[in-house]
Amino acid sequence: MSFPQPKPEVPQLPQNLLRTIDCQQGAVRAVRFNADGNYLLSCGSDKSLKLWSVSRGTLLKTYSGHGYEVLDADGSYDNSQLCSCSSDKTVILWDVATGQVTRKLRGHAGKVNCVQFNEEATVILSGSIDGTVRCWDTRSRKFDPIQILDEAQDGVSSLKVSEHELLTGSVDGRVRRYDLRMGQLHVDFINSPITCVCFSADGQCTLTSSLDSTVRLLDKSTGEMLGEYTGHKMKGYKLDCCLSSKDTHVLSCSEDGHVYCWDLVEGSLMLKLPVGKAVVQSLSFHPSETRLLTAMEGRVQVWGAEPEETEEEVVVVQQEKA
Amino acid sequence: MASDSDSDGDFVTFGTPLEPLEEDEPLRKPVPLYEQTVKDEKGRYQRFHGAFTGGFSAGYFNTVGTKEGWTPATFVSSRQQKAGRQNARPEDFMDEEDLGDHGIAPRQITTTADFASGRKDVIRDKARAITSLSAPIPGDTVLEDLVAPARSSMGVELLRKMGWKDGQGVGPRVKRRLCKQRADSATRAFGSASPPNGSSESQDEEDGEFVPENVTFAPKDVTPIDFTPKVDLHGLGYRGLNPLAALRGGPGTGHINLFTMDSDRTNSLFGEDRKGQRRRGGVAGQGFGVGAMEDDDEDIYHRDIMSNYDTVLGGEEPGNGLYGWTAPQQYNRKKKDHSKDAAYLGKILEGFTLASDKLETKTIFPPPNLPRDFRPVHYFRPVVDLSSVSPMVAQALQTSRGHMAQEEPSKGGRHQLDSAQRRELLGEATLQGPSSVFDLLKVEDRERLSSLRRPSSDTSSGPRQPTPGEARAAVVAAGVAAAAARASAQKALSSRFAPHAEQQQQEALSVWSGPTAQAQTGQTFKPFERTPHKQARYDLYIDQLKQGDRDALELSLDPTMTEWERGRERDEFVRAALLYKPSSSSLSCRFTRGKQDDGVEADTVEVTRDQENDVDDKQAAVKMKMFGKLTRDTFEWHPDNLLCKRFNVPDPYPGSGFVGMPKVKRDKFSVFNFLTVSESPTASASPAPQGVKPSEPGKRSRWDVSGQAGDKERKEKDPVSEFLSVARIEASGSGPEASTTDGPTTDPTVEPDTEQKEEEEEEESRPSMDLFKAIFASSSDEKSSSSSEGESEEEEEKEEGVRSKAGTGPQISNQLNVNTTQPAPPVSTTPSQHPDILFKTPSGPAAAPPPRDQEMEEEEFGPRLPPPSSTLTAERRPSPTPSAKDDKHKKKCKEKHKAKKHGKHKKDKKQKKKHKRHKHKGKQKKTKKEESSDSSSEGSDGNGQEEGGGVSTEELLRRLKSIRVTVL
Repeated sequence: MSFPQPKPEVPQLPQNLLRTIDCQQGAVRAVRFNADGNYLLSCGSDKSLKLWSVSRGTLLKTYSGHGYEVLDADGSYDNSQLCSCSSDKTVILWDVATGQVTRKLRGHAGKVNCVQFNEEATVILSGSIDGTVRCWDTRSRKFDPIQILDEAQDGVSSLKVSEHELLTGSVDGRVRRYDLRMGQLHVDFINSPITCVCFSADGQCTLTSSLDSTVRLLDKSTGEMLGEYTGHKMKGYKLDCCLSSKDTHVLSCSEDGHVYCWDLVEGSLMLKLPVGKAVVQSLSFHPSETRLLTAMEGRVQVWGAEPEETEEEVVVVQQEKA
Repeated sequence: MASDSDSDGDFVTFGTPLEPLEEDEPLRKPVPLYEQTVKDEKGRYQRFHGAFTGGFSAGYFNTVGTKEGWTPATFVSSRQQKAGRQNARPEDFMDEEDLGDHGIAPRQITTTADFASGRKDVIRDKARAITSLSAPIPGDTVLEDLVAPARSSMGVELLRKMGWKDGQGVGPRVKRRLCKQRADSATRAFGSASPPNGSSESQDEEDGEFVPENVTFAPKDVTPIDFTPKVDLHGLGYRGLNPLAALRGGPGTGHINLFTMDSDRTNSLFGEDRKGQRRRGGVAGQGFGVGAMEDDDEDIYHRDIMSNYDTVLGGEEPGNGLYGWTAPQQYNRKKKDHSKDAAYLGKILEGFTLASDKLETKTIFPPPNLPRDFRPVHYFRPVVDLSSVSPMVAQALQTSRGHMAQEEPSKGGRHQLDSAQRRELLGEATLQGPSSVFDLLKVEDRERLSSLRRPSSDTSSGPRQPTPGEARAAVVAAGVAAAAARASAQKALSSRFAPHAEQQQQEALSVWSGPTAQAQTGQTFKPFERTPHKQARYDLYIDQLKQGDRDALELSLDPTMTEWERGRERDEFVRAALLYKPSSSSLSCRFTRGKQDDGVEADTVEVTRDQENDVDDKQAAVKMKMFGKLTRDTFEWHPDNLLCKRFNVPDPYPGSGFVGMPKVKRDKFSVFNFLTVSESPTASASPAPQGVKPSEPGKRSRWDVSGQAGDKERKEKDPVSEFLSVARIEASGSGPEASTTDGPTTDPTVEPDTEQKEEEEEEESRPSMDLFKAIFASSSDEKSSSSSEGESEEEEEKEEGVRSKAGTGPQISNQLNVNTTQPAPPVSTTPSQHPDILFKTPSGPAAAPPPRDQEMEEEEFGPRLPPPSSTLTAERRPSPTPSAKDDKHKKKCKEKHKAKKHGKHKKDKKQKKKHKRHKHKGKQKKTKKEESSDSSSEGSDGNGQEEGGGVSTEELLRRLKSIRVTVL
């Protein structure tokens, strides 16, 4: 029995447009893959949160209950729950199947910028413009947060959760990493308002994008800078950045309507993906495959490594029309 | 969630899926009971029969292999291959059921007889029992066993080859230590002249005694524990009818009992055998009746005696411990009479028996050696209660004696702890519900009860009081001079023998409510520091005393405590209050109070203990791209216990009482606090020009930080002018919103310019941008789009700004309120660093925003959200509803006014707004002009209110200050 030869690892870039979804929900503030990457969530400025199938581009469910535009959303690991945050200062925990509001968590004093489940979806973490991160318990019936992290001196713009760590980026130009296991708070000074923070997949690095049009890759343990990625434009808007699923590339939205993609090690610009004319507001990389979601204005675009057959796309478009 | 075709292949199914339900299909009838048959894997009916004999089903209805009949074995024989003789084995007649797990000949790996352990297997026992039953002579098998060749298992063979002999234990040979036996035999040797019997034993002993040193012995053989599993359903120790016992009866009276096993249990179970040896035969056993022909009525119910069982683990050894289960018979038997032992001692006197257990020898300890200078006279030291002594006395006593006469209750035994302390020690949570019966009573009932109780408790507590003189004496001894005078007064009081408690309470009240006490804000001594609850109550009591409350004592006591506890605490509190009274003015003027006071005070503020490093250094490091140590701060941070639980990590600080960052108290009115709390413009107004950078935990805007981080030289310059220049740069360098932004934000775009212009003229002596930003939040967060405006507009704009400031007092206060609850809107004093994020407004929402939207947007700061596409917004833009917001915001007002003035429809206005975005500055100029006049007409709705722009900066500031005062 002969084993198949391992495929030559060609780092592929999501440069082919597979699908364009017109979300019909105003400006799409954020677009996110679910845990396995089969579905996507789009946060609309018309107060609705929509769940789509990535492969077909069909709308599966609309979640309405927010009082103002939805700014971020996240899906639980088992796809049974969603959480979303909004400018109406609330965080909502949704039941995926029924579309009902499981819990509406109030407590933030300002609009809530970012929201994340922890690994087991037992805690929702939300960062708000009021400078706090609140940890909400999804298990108990209490409506008070477990803990309020008020170390940020300005609004919290981005937040990511790993196994036992919490990474927050704040407008005060600092990236804070709360290590629950060690009981420590590491603050990295960036000197520019942070728009987005990410963990790398191996958990050794953090990626921060800031309003000085720079994306920086920092060593998680020491805070040293491992890479700096420039060329895009991020000066006024809160735009996303991310790493590719295999940590080979760094991707960032830009205000010039492109998604910039750098090689992580070399820092060279590998791809300048023309998305449109307006600002690319949000992007999300598939957890395992080479697939990218971008959100511009009211549309979500799905990008892949290989072009898909156009036949299906036509069908999709027809469905959209219908 | 709808199923996706892609993920269909990933599903894993368990079990048999139900058949798809056809809706139009008629309901199927359930299968009747008689048709529910059991079939085996070949489709044959499985029949259950012969349940008593454990019958089985084989072949076709227990006859032949199949319905067609028996398949004969084929016989082939040729010249080349002669068919050999075939011996049919039993397995040839078995099918796979018989050979299966539950068949009669299960195929499984078993130990062969060679390797089997000494325990005989059950099947062979059974077979032998059956054969013995059917044998013509009962007991035939016994003979067979006698005749059978001695077969030993492989293990025994191996052991033998290794030198093992029967009767020995397994293991390395040991040198026997005989000290104990020697001692025994020595005592015996004295007493025994000639042992009459038991010679063999004594022989053994003597043999043992003469063992030379170089002889080793095999280890003692140990009886293996019988781990026979209990497979039947009988009770413990029960053995049913025993065919062996039944048939072996009759003739074999003097017969060797070959069936005797060595374990005690079997002996006891076969206990009847010896007794019933006279029996004729027949079946006998437990629970089996006695026949009519039997001559004696035996006890048909087996009675187990406790003596059959070991009551002691590893109890006495049979024999002298030399032999195990392979020991000769006489060791194995239990010794019945102790008289045999007595034989060693010679004669026993009449009326005496030998003691069954030995006497324990008492160990006698010698008395301790007395030190040489010991004097047998006891000197009683005075016993002083720690809680009633001043700290100095206590300390003196401690140094002199090494310990206190009476320790604090927490140091004492557990009986001295109160319930709260015990609860803390045990880690229990505080009881939630009413902990006292009194809590369940109505309020009036409680009051009545307490009024009834008070006089009695007062009188009862009177005698319990120690004479105040005693405590006083301690105070005097400590040298507290101020107490002396009062002590004499107190003595005079006490001589009158009024109720002491009442007096003391009054006294405490008078002392603590005095002016010196009031001046003394910090309480220096905590008598009950070890019990925080008690200390808290005491503090409350002192506070009440300071306020001159007469019921201070009753109010401060814990109502959930028992009456007795409360009475005790009452005494303690009063005494403590008297003893630790504030020092008199004469003394207090000589001493200055400590700067760092960790008492509970209102004039301190909590500050995180760990402070961030210097931001300037960090900025330099960032500029040099030297991230790492320079830009990183690591703090101790305590996560909530529950959060750790949810994250499945252990609590890094178990038992730490707080969460978050460790906090320390700071003086509230320090300069630093003034400088940093910029939440409200009022706080930042006065000290802002100093521009000192403290790191306080208060919520600040990023803009403050960057401002403070900026160079000092830059600070010297007018921040506003810089700001303006930056705004100009921003406007000229068209941001993305130049092409895309639109939305409801329209007219007020002009306003920031107006104010900026105006402020540009006011130089140097002005507060920081925070103030202005806070006040003009509504307008200044608009994008400043015009940069090249003529001087002529500036005049008007200046007026406009001045007028708006002067005329909108309530509005400002409204915004101030907003700003105190919300983080301060951003103001950048170092705009060169973040030039493009200054006052951008997020463009409005695409779809119907709630009426509060405007308000929320004004609070917005930091990176904003990109605008929705223009096409979308054009399609879905709702008609604006300005009615609700008119009175709220200046901006709105202006908008409305302008709408009125132009007499345009709202839709048109919208269109125009959008249009205007893309227009050039000349157009904006025009609208600005209009708007300024519009907004100036806010109060009187008239045009041409030229106030001359003459309001000076000082005037402005003065007004602002007055506003602040009113707001506060």
